[in-house]
This record gives sequence, C-alpha cells and structure tokens, in this order.
Amino acid sequence: MTALLPWASLFALACFAIAMALAMLRLLKGPAAQDRVLALDTLYINAMLFLLVLGMRFGNTLYYEAALVISLLGFVGSVAMAKFLLRGEVIE
Amino acid sequence: MMDTLVLPFWAEVLVSFLLVVGSSFTLVGTIGLWRFRNFYQRMHGPTMGTSVGCGAILFASIFYFSIGEGRVVIHEMLIWAFILVTVPVTTMMLARAALYRHRREGKNVPTRHLPQDQDANEIRPTSGQDD
Repeated sequence: MTALLPWASLFALACFAIAMALAMLRLLKGPAAQDRVLALDTLYINAMLFLLVLGMRFGNTLYYEAALVISLLGFVGSVAMAKFLLRGEVIE
Repeated sequence: MMDTLVLPFWAEVLVSFLLVVGSSFTLVGTIGLWRFRNFYQRMHGPTMGTSVGCGAILFASIFYFSIGEGRVVIHEMLIWAFILVTVPVTTMMLARAALYRHRREGKNVPTRHLPQDQDANEIRPTSGQDD
C-alpha cells in the first residue's frame, strides 16, 4: 500500500476546486446571460466529478448517487435556461 | 487512513494516472472558460471537461471499485452515457440561443441567409427525373 492514490485524489480535488472557483467567477462576471448559463453548466459538471472523486477517496459508493442526481437535474436546468434565452418562455 | 479499499500497485498507478489526467483536463477547460474573449470561444473550453475529464474520472472510479472489491462495478457507465447524450444538446441549444440574441442585437455574427447568394441557400423543390 503506497501513498500514491491519496495524493492523486487530493490533486484531483484541488483541480476541481480551482475549476469550480473559476466557473463561479465567470458566473458572477459574465457579460451576457448565456455566459452565466454556460458557467453554471460547467459548474455542475465540475461538482459531479468532485463528488465522484470524493467517493473514491472515502471508498464509499453513496457519493455516486448524488453525482447521478446532479448530472440529471443539471441537464434539465441548463436546457430550461437555454430554452428561455431562445424563446423567452420555458414551456411553449 | 482515508482509503478503505486496498489495490495492487499497478492498479493504483492506473487509477492515479486517470485521476490526474481527468482533473487536469477539466481544470484547463475551465481556465479556458475564464480566459477566452467572446462567448463562442468560451464554449470550447468546458467541452474538454465533459469529454476527456468525465471519461477519465468515471473510468478511474470503475477501475477503483472493480479491482478493489473484486467484482465488476460498472454503474458509472450510466453517468458517462448520460453526459455523452445530454452535453451536446445543452451546448447546441446555448449556441443557438446566443446566435439568436446576437442577431437581434445587430452584432457581427453570420446571418441566417447571405444576401448576395440568396438562391444558394434556399431549398429547391426536387424535380421528378433527377432522383
């Protein structure tokens, strides 16, 4: 048993944390509404991968369920907001 | 310590490599989201995270739990298939929304029909003897 895997998962968690911070900055700054929607899309993908790496780090498959729910609901939210930007209403 | 599963060394190297590659790709893509100049350039960045990033992290998780528990654990393929189907839909709808909004604002984006060759873009009715 070496210390390779804890360091690799720590590196991955740090990368995802920085990526989520950058996506959050773009979400706050973004000049137009579509930039904010794209930043939110990136943010939920990063959060899902963050949860998966956490599940590997703790050796627990419970985090997988949360990642699955995030990926499902994030897609619905992004499509709803893109549809709103395109038409002005969510459900036609 | 944190790890409850014990893996052989080659599996640790494989899983660590996949973790580092996937997280680095995702970070580089999100830096692209932060650094690029306009919206259409910014759309390219996060696709690195959704293609290679998601694939590497999910396969790392598959290998980790499969080798660690000694049985086949492939339920992460569900997330992978779902991401692979849904991300192009989101990206295309966002691009169309941005193009629509930029056209309405009169920005310098490609128009729906170029005015000088109108007939090149229109759909002609097919004549019977051609096909």
